[in-house]
Amino acid sequence: MKKQLKVPGFKKKDLKIPRIKDGTVIDHITPGYAVKVLHILGIPRSNSSSVVSVAMNVNSKMGKKDIVKVENRELKSNEVDKISLICPKATINIIRDYDVVKKFKVKLPDEIIGIVSCSNPTCVSNAKEPVKTRFKVINKDPLRIKCYYCEREPEDIADRII
Amino acid sequence: MDFKGKDIISIKDFSKIEIDDILIYAEKMLPYAKGEKYKDILSGKVLSSLFFEPSTRTRLSFESAMNRLGGRVIGFADPSGTSQKKGESLADTIRMADSFSDAIVVRHPQEGAARLAAEFANGPVLNAGDGAGQHPTQCLLDLFTIKTEKKKIEKNNIILLGDLKYGRTVHSLAYALSIYGVELTFVSPTSLKMPKEVINECMELGVEPTQTSSLEKAIKDADVLYATRIQKERFPDAEEYNKVVGSYRINNELLKNAKENLIVMHPLPRVSEIDSEVDSTPHAVYFKQAFNGVPIRMALLSLVLGEKKI
Repeated sequence: MKKQLKVPGFKKKDLKIPRIKDGTVIDHITPGYAVKVLHILGIPRSNSSSVVSVAMNVNSKMGKKDIVKVENRELKSNEVDKISLICPKATINIIRDYDVVKKFKVKLPDEIIGIVSCSNPTCVSNAKEPVKTRFKVINKDPLRIKCYYCEREPEDIADRII
Repeated sequence: MDFKGKDIISIKDFSKIEIDDILIYAEKMLPYAKGEKYKDILSGKVLSSLFFEPSTRTRLSFESAMNRLGGRVIGFADPSGTSQKKGESLADTIRMADSFSDAIVVRHPQEGAARLAAEFANGPVLNAGDGAGQHPTQCLLDLFTIKTEKKKIEKNNIILLGDLKYGRTVHSLAYALSIYGVELTFVSPTSLKMPKEVINECMELGVEPTQTSSLEKAIKDADVLYATRIQKERFPDAEEYNKVVGSYRINNELLKNAKENLIVMHPLPRVSEIDSEVDSTPHAVYFKQAFNGVPIRMALLSLVLGEKKI
């Protein structure tokens, strides 16, 4: 039997944004972070005509949350794992013909490349060099990352997203 | 242990066994570093020496090391006459130097510069100091000095004194000494205390450093006193520098309370941290320490160039 998309805390009358036929629903985004999530995922892409819906501060059983729905695009886990930096509890629902065909939680990668800027102003990754910023995840909970270049640990990770 | 082609970027890239290997090999280099023996094992090899920041000891000892082993050195001691002034990236300078030579030594004001250089070079890159970051060859020569002077590194009671906040040598050294299981005491003005991350690293390696601002008390039990200069160039503003400069002064009066076999080390240059009257005492090993840069760098150059023939 096909599994129907059920977003926790949602009733049809509360539905702020319509269901999507095909694509990806990113649920349980930390409230207020939906726009940052889009930024991390590189959405919207300049040549894409996919519809992207954003709902912020939606009520759910577990409190407020943001939701992002991306139509006609199935995001791969290595694409969405990056958002675990700011939304460790986010879940990804892959939708085909209105049904959830795959559901998974974001997983923090071992390396964060090109997403966070180094907090050290004299780190070479902040200079005009042809390299992307690169951090090693040294602890997942609480999150600690270390710059591959200068070995410093930024504390304000969410604010340092490029 | 095969070091051929290995980059020397941070002391943290090395295991204790690897460090021990380097120190043992450096000891074999001593008569060659002093010019008592000669073997041109690096004949035909060219080293690029790229110093984007001023240096006396590090640059000269690298050049001496290469020359003592029969190799040649190209490069610059001041970037003002280079394409960097025309806006060339470090990556491009490195690509160019890599094509001209067999290995690159780089000193640069930005932290992480050597790590970046290693990404763009095919040959080995040796970090000669990247801003307030790493200075692994200094760390190795410091370990070598303690080992040769005290016969072992383990179990010594070691004071790191001075600018522990901005001083790059003391950060790497605190980590490396912790690998060897020493007793560490950090002595500094309150505003220049050792960063929390460094203390955490020591503790993760099983060493719990003592922190104090009183050198007089700490010196009584010490085997090694490692002093550092308060570096004006690392301070964000002059006022903060003026508050702490001259906080500590090592003189014969202070050393009266020290163990007879205490050694005083300093990465140099010194300004006012060590009185010149200390130079003639058996405690002073800082000039020997500076010389030790030569055998250590000879060992490293021959190892990374795959010519371990001594």
